[in-house]
Amino acid sequence: MMTAIETQALSKRYGDLIAVDGLDLRVEEGEVFGLLGPNGSGKTTTILMLLGLTEPTSGRARVLGYDPVREPLSVKRRVGYLPDTVGFYDELSGRENLRYTAALCGLRGRGVETRIEEALASMGLTDAADRPVRTYSRGMKQRLGLADVLLKEPQLVILDEPTLGLDPQAAHEFLGLIRSLGDRGLTVLLSSHLLHQVQTVTDRVGLFRKGRMALVGSVPELARQVLGGAYRVHLEAEGEDLESALAGLPGVRRLRRDGARYLLEAERDLRDDAARAVVQRGGRLLRLDLEEPDLDEVYRAYFEEVPHGDAA
Amino acid sequence: MATRREGSAFAGLGPVFLKEFADQLSGARMRLLELLIVLTAAGTIYAAIQTIKSTVGEDVFLFLRLFTTAKDPLPSFVAFAGFLVPLLAIALGFDAVNGEHQRRTLGRVLAQPIYRDALLFGKYLAGLATLALVLLATWLLITGLGILLTGLAPSGEEVARSLLYLAATLAYGGVWLAVALFFSTVFKSPTTSALAAIGLWLFFTVFWGMIAGLLAPLLSPVHYGFPEELYRRAQTELMLARVAPNTLYAEATLALLRPEVRSLGPVLPAQLEGMVLGTPLPLGQSLLLVWPQFAGLVAASVLFFTLAYVVFQRAEIRA
Repeated sequence: MMTAIETQALSKRYGDLIAVDGLDLRVEEGEVFGLLGPNGSGKTTTILMLLGLTEPTSGRARVLGYDPVREPLSVKRRVGYLPDTVGFYDELSGRENLRYTAALCGLRGRGVETRIEEALASMGLTDAADRPVRTYSRGMKQRLGLADVLLKEPQLVILDEPTLGLDPQAAHEFLGLIRSLGDRGLTVLLSSHLLHQVQTVTDRVGLFRKGRMALVGSVPELARQVLGGAYRVHLEAEGEDLESALAGLPGVRRLRRDGARYLLEAERDLRDDAARAVVQRGGRLLRLDLEEPDLDEVYRAYFEEVPHGDAA
Repeated sequence: MATRREGSAFAGLGPVFLKEFADQLSGARMRLLELLIVLTAAGTIYAAIQTIKSTVGEDVFLFLRLFTTAKDPLPSFVAFAGFLVPLLAIALGFDAVNGEHQRRTLGRVLAQPIYRDALLFGKYLAGLATLALVLLATWLLITGLGILLTGLAPSGEEVARSLLYLAATLAYGGVWLAVALFFSTVFKSPTTSALAAIGLWLFFTVFWGMIAGLLAPLLSPVHYGFPEELYRRAQTELMLARVAPNTLYAEATLALLRPEVRSLGPVLPAQLEGMVLGTPLPLGQSLLLVWPQFAGLVAASVLFFTLAYVVFQRAEIRA
């Protein structure tokens, strides 16, 4: 397997501000990789550096074997990029906008119109193709953006916050389209701050924070790494001394309490033990749940562990 | 950095040019400006013909008078064009780059395999082509009206002189197009860049002459009133005035459309010896006279385009 994206100590500074700080990133070919992080954590800057649209302050990057600084045209010919807020020429139709992109890519000849037609059809825009883009909804523009990206038949697709501003239904559909790209064998780099959305489409994710890649791995891997245990038991109970009883249960790694609510992180499913412990202490058990960890949880837990503002 | 870029800086220039040109021609602002130009052309030429018919009986360069004759309250076509062409050029270019920023198309376009050079240059060329098209149409309109209303056909030299005037006008428009392009890369908002470009134009048109008049005595003071001192002062003032593109353009227009103009600077009595006043210069000599003005206008365009280029190369793509 080839490496689609590889960076070594990639950094970008704007004056005193460090946008990206010594980033080492590897994305394998055929993989759907999610770049996760809060706004302003350096995701977009990283993407722009990968495309050669911003020069790194230091460090190296290789995209599909090319150096984006020295060979930006080779990179841009093979990489499709959907910016976080994609814009089109409003007065032109969707088809005309794609024609312009095709011309800029140097595509010409008889095959181009067919390719445009196919790209529009694959995004379900055939009916709207000849309407001016100003009449498009946000979701349609986003799909046109993906058609625009697929038009040049890229080997790598980079999507910056692709679900930003979409309603939940449109976002869900759009994520489905992204997943289908991955299923076709395309390499996809996806940035987002909406973790639960990304979880459903990515093979691996990297948590991004203050310009650094904090954690990389598949979601279950990250869960093990960050949450300590894979099992999380939510418990709501009233009674005396419950905290110490629960913390004393074998297999509990962590216990957190918020009023009558307890959260147990454990190596195994200990719902029965926890229930017994509460009852033995004469407490009233109100709720008992086992939670599968999701990315949001991983993310929140991670950023709770690392106090904010340490690098400022 | 000592690294060489791969590929051509002009990859994608063709598509950018064609798209921008089509945009300019189909845009609403173009129709508005076209209408304005046609109205001025028709109005001033009609008025000029009335004047020419009643006052000038015989004139070798009657056709050129169409461009330069004014009749109250209408100024001449040349005066109108000197006023409208910069505005037209600014209107064509003030939102070239920041407009793309605002429509959020810049990132998408630059993610295609082209350099920024192609985008900027394509936009400039498209603006220039639009300007050339408008000017050529106006010129044809004037020539046609002139032939119809006077019943005379222009001579070869008149055609050549008026076409050269057209070229000078295009060069002048090119300066303001480059200025507009420059401000559109500097300022994020199209309103600001339009205001800045118009402000600079106003500064040169209205204030620069006054400033040159004030600065000249400081730079070349007249202590004793010797002719040499007065001459030097006049020279200084003229050179200062020529910093403004509108001065260069006015001089070029004057020498091209009025063949009897022999000098664009102060003339000493000694230089007039043996001269028959009012005799026209041959075309080649007039052209020689305005060559520096032409070069100056092109240089100003190149300067502002280069500034725009430098700013744009360093600009951040993200909004």
